[in-house]
Amino acid sequence: MTASPPAFELSPTEQAQLAALRRGDENAFRELVAEYHGAMVRIAQMFVDDRDIAEQVAQEAWLGVLRGLERFQGRSSLKTWLFTIVSNLAKTRGKREKRTIPFSFFALRKLENYDQDTDEPAVPENRFRDAKDLYAGHWAMKPVPWEVDPERVALNSELMKYLEAAVEMLPEQQRIVITLRDIQGWTAEEVCNALGIAETNQRVLLHRARSKVRRAMEEYLQ
Amino acid sequence: MTNELTCQELVELVTDYFENALTETERARVEQHLASCDGCDTYVEQMRETIETLGKLQEKDVSAEAQEKLLTVFRDWRLETGE
Repeated sequence: MTASPPAFELSPTEQAQLAALRRGDENAFRELVAEYHGAMVRIAQMFVDDRDIAEQVAQEAWLGVLRGLERFQGRSSLKTWLFTIVSNLAKTRGKREKRTIPFSFFALRKLENYDQDTDEPAVPENRFRDAKDLYAGHWAMKPVPWEVDPERVALNSELMKYLEAAVEMLPEQQRIVITLRDIQGWTAEEVCNALGIAETNQRVLLHRARSKVRRAMEEYLQ
Repeated sequence: MTNELTCQELVELVTDYFENALTETERARVEQHLASCDGCDTYVEQMRETIETLGKLQEKDVSAEAQEKLLTVFRDWRLETGE
């Protein structure tokens, strides 16, 4: 803890949004809800099972946001602050609800260690030639190109549901990081700030998560 | 270039490669390997497709019911703060 963090300033848009909210401007609130509520429910869903509960948690979070407006000092972006409030609430709530695994996840169970947060390789060892081989460490079973049209993949609702399940099945930290980065489109920096983790740690979690989801896709597409 | 990367090593570098977190030397080793290994080339492509597909998981719109509830929360809060 030597250097102090670089000074953060709210963007002009967020400054205006904040000022309007503090004045009690209902339209400003509506706009913010339209922009962030969906993401907040999704964040809550990472910690609680039930969509209705996630919705409830997100609504509670908004109340927390409004009540915290006076104290908010703008040391992070408004967005990061909103998401921190909802994730903290959902974490507390999630500990009370025991996570259960829906039936649709059984297909993913075949993938060894999928839901474990161990130091597992991106690709199982048995896909590579072993140490006795002249080409040790090279593919024994090469990946086969997927025959999916990237433009049309979103129309395959079964695949999309499977993919959602694949993300849901990941160990908690990996699930959070990949959701924020790849589904919500946050930058690495935003994720590190919101979760309070180091850049390298963020990358390790992202790597494990993406590698597993690729394995899940491969399992499905073969 | 001294020792060549194995495929097993390469698959662990993909995220660092995408995130520009490799040194110049490491990056060159990855690219050299990819140029001559179709298995790894496919693998990296699949990682890209995975990321791209994840990006297509859609946010759901705010339901009218949720919107109503939130507006009530907002109006109550405004009363609470003595507006």
